[in-house]
Amino acid sequence: MFGYANPKRFMELSGAVLLWLAAATAVLLALGLYLSFAAPPDYQQGDTVRIMFVHVPAAWVAMMAYGFMALASLIGLVNRHPLADIAAKEAAPLGALFTALALITGSLWGRPMWGTYWVWDGRLTSFLLLLFLYLGYIALWNAIESETRAARAAAILALVGVVNLPIIEFSVQWWSTLHQGESIVRAGGPLIASVFLWPLFLMAAGYTLLFFTLLIVRMRTEILERRARALALNASP
Amino acid sequence: MSAFAALLARDLRLATRAGGGALLALAFFAAVAALVPFGIGSEPRLLARVGGGVLWIAAVLAVLLALDRLFQADYEDGSLDLLALSPLPLEAIAAAKMAAHWLTTGLPLSILSPVLALLFNLPPRGYLALVLSLLIGTPAVSAIGAVAAALTLSIRRGGLILPLLVLPLLAPVVIFGAGAVLAAIDGLANGAIWLLAAFSVASVVLAPFVTAAALRLNTSE
Repeated sequence: MFGYANPKRFMELSGAVLLWLAAATAVLLALGLYLSFAAPPDYQQGDTVRIMFVHVPAAWVAMMAYGFMALASLIGLVNRHPLADIAAKEAAPLGALFTALALITGSLWGRPMWGTYWVWDGRLTSFLLLLFLYLGYIALWNAIESETRAARAAAILALVGVVNLPIIEFSVQWWSTLHQGESIVRAGGPLIASVFLWPLFLMAAGYTLLFFTLLIVRMRTEILERRARALALNASP
Repeated sequence: MSAFAALLARDLRLATRAGGGALLALAFFAAVAALVPFGIGSEPRLLARVGGGVLWIAAVLAVLLALDRLFQADYEDGSLDLLALSPLPLEAIAAAKMAAHWLTTGLPLSILSPVLALLFNLPPRGYLALVLSLLIGTPAVSAIGAVAAALTLSIRRGGLILPLLVLPLLAPVVIFGAGAVLAAIDGLANGAIWLLAAFSVASVVLAPFVTAAALRLNTSE
């Protein structure tokens, strides 16, 4: 695995993969969106059920992105690998974006369904905290001047923040206030009809690939930027 | 005197003498609590209901206020490097500093809190829970705050970014702390205080190690 972590190898490999990844993302999202609109309105939620197809995958990817960031941070901290640091750094703004997207689409759905944009329910609150974790992580990266020092400090923060992930995951069981419980990944099979399940899964796959496509673009940009900075430093007398 | 006790005594002395800011944190605590009735109105029933939560928020803010100097002064004048070179492990140094910080902020705050609770018309049943929950919970605030203070050590205006870092991590303390006071007022079974105690113990035990790791990356280079 670490053979591919060499920045030069990474640039070659990611350059070759990127276009295919972007194409797959586009196809999956297009198909998912088509099925989202082709699905019949829900018997209770009506057309607002379509918000679920953009909301649930955003929330999944937001949490996956944090897990990814924490894992990359751990590798960066333990193996002192610059590429892992870059991966963690570049995953954070994307994760924050998906978190914000999940919060916004969720509250747009909540207004017609729950009658309110926001409640201080366990799931919603812990998700808001996830957004703050992301923002704190980004702020810490930006505030520390030395690149290696910033990477280590941010990595420690990311690992401390991992405690929030299980809280989000189990919040619907622990507090069971307003946000509905698990209806897809549960013992006894999903509770959702397959006309709704298919667009949901396609959108989830599309969102996940979108995250990795954007991540690779961001990582490549960061590597090129660092290279340009190093060249400029060497060129100046 | 052991090195740990010497460091603890030194930090206590620094915090309580002129310019140390231990009393300022207390004054800040009282000022925030006094400001709230101006903002939300002075209806006694409302104040009695929100009093516990308000005092908890004020306490957390006051403890945070004193945090940016926890390692900063030692870092700037080089004492932190000397401390890191001493035979005392960095984890113990972090623990001593956390203890000194709590003894000069969290502990006096908890003792002062019943007086401020009086201004909020807190029902008599809530007093014990308020003081107990503050005594149990504020060490966690000092511990988690110390982690953030160590992480932001090399930043010039670290005090500005620190609240953003600790806010998501301190949410459980405020939830369970204020929840414990409300549960006591309502005469409910008080599970919140046990959860608060568990969270506090976990953070106080783990924080010195994380803090030491963060200090190390700031002293080694």
